[in-house]
Amino acid sequence: MSLGEHRDEGRDGVKQSQDRTESPSPNLYASVKNELERPPVIYRKYGPGTQPNHLHPQYASSNSRAPRHPLISLPQSLGEITGPRFALSLVSPSTADLTGQQGGAAIGERIFVSGRVLDEYEKPVPHTLLEIWQANACGRYNHELDQHDAPLDPNFLGTGRVMTDEHGQYRFKTIKPGSYPWRNHYNAWRPAHIHFSLLGPAFVTRLVTQMYFPGDPLLPYDPIFNCTADEKARNRLISSFDSDTVIPEYALAFKFDIVLRGRNETPFEV
Amino acid sequence: MSLQATTWQTVGPFFRLGLSHLNGAEIAPSGTPGEVVTVEGRVLDGCGDPVSDAVVEIWQADANGRYNASEETALDTTVSVFTGFGRVPTDEQGRFRFSTVRPGPVPTQDGDLQAPHLAVRVMMRGLLRDLVTRMYFPSEMLESDPVLQSVPEDRRGTLTAAHLPASEATVVWNIELQGERETVFFDC
Repeated sequence: MSLGEHRDEGRDGVKQSQDRTESPSPNLYASVKNELERPPVIYRKYGPGTQPNHLHPQYASSNSRAPRHPLISLPQSLGEITGPRFALSLVSPSTADLTGQQGGAAIGERIFVSGRVLDEYEKPVPHTLLEIWQANACGRYNHELDQHDAPLDPNFLGTGRVMTDEHGQYRFKTIKPGSYPWRNHYNAWRPAHIHFSLLGPAFVTRLVTQMYFPGDPLLPYDPIFNCTADEKARNRLISSFDSDTVIPEYALAFKFDIVLRGRNETPFEV
Repeated sequence: MSLQATTWQTVGPFFRLGLSHLNGAEIAPSGTPGEVVTVEGRVLDGCGDPVSDAVVEIWQADANGRYNASEETALDTTVSVFTGFGRVPTDEQGRFRFSTVRPGPVPTQDGDLQAPHLAVRVMMRGLLRDLVTRMYFPSEMLESDPVLQSVPEDRRGTLTAAHLPASEATVVWNIELQGERETVFFDC
């Protein structure tokens, strides 16, 4: 099914995207200057220990890929506090249902995943794109580089996309992914997880993360899950069983809220 | 502040499944006002080996130095429009290549002008979170760019692209994760 069929023609923004004939501003810097006379907008720095370091020796492939020099501080300017917007045509009912994209029913335990995307000030992030990918119920990705000796499911691609609504809420249907072995260390297995990618409102709000499942016995052994020093921060990557949204006789449900960096309300607060 | 931002996790080796729908080697569709430039380069790891499983994301201003951040011109894969956003994976040789228009200068929050550049984000297996850098186009403004000036002089060259000798319309810029020419990465 073509993505275009699901365009929401009711949203003016989508329709206007075909007609962009904006002429260059005769006095560009005057208009930018006006913008700059307002208090500077700054996205908050991450809390100490709440993000992984690039180098994490227990995660073997970080050793040749993590930079050795410290990061250099870059003051946020227009390019950092703006970011692309995405049209509703990128999502459709089929991108929000990973269990039936190929005609037949995907094999596995059917689940709903839902949650809210908020900023650090608890403000919902509306109309933001979530890109999702995951292994199938047997722990195999539909990707040529995945050589794990587990069956592929012809009815499961493991690719999804949803957009948050005006309250920052999202929801999609999938199957619970399986665990799988990897070669990081002897007898290494990844806990079951779903990959999430979000861009949020600005270049600096980008987030790629993984959602885990409660009670997974592999979590204490996983160097990727454990790369974040702050225990509370890493435990927030574990979804919660959500009895309120379980569909009787049909599917279990898990809840996973996502928090993006927040835009300072007060100038100069860093 | 009452919440903490969610922690990053690596994109892993299989991100193509979720991210490739927005891949595109043409950031500026034909007809976009401005000087068309092809950018090409490689991503290299600490052993000097090509990184064949990286994805590079670009955010840039248009030829007038304006960022297209409005809902009205949202990125829509069914419509060709310049949004300033690009997503390009590396190939087997670690190469990436895309065409775009050369952005105009953009101001800092203090009102100083920054030289024409792309905001660049690199993600890959082995990186638990993203790396942010910039690619500057060759220009006379490099000398006065406040961000370049904040970088130690002997490392500034890692942020500036060079014209291919044969072609004014192509610039080359590599991303080196480690080593003597380790690219400058930013915290912003």
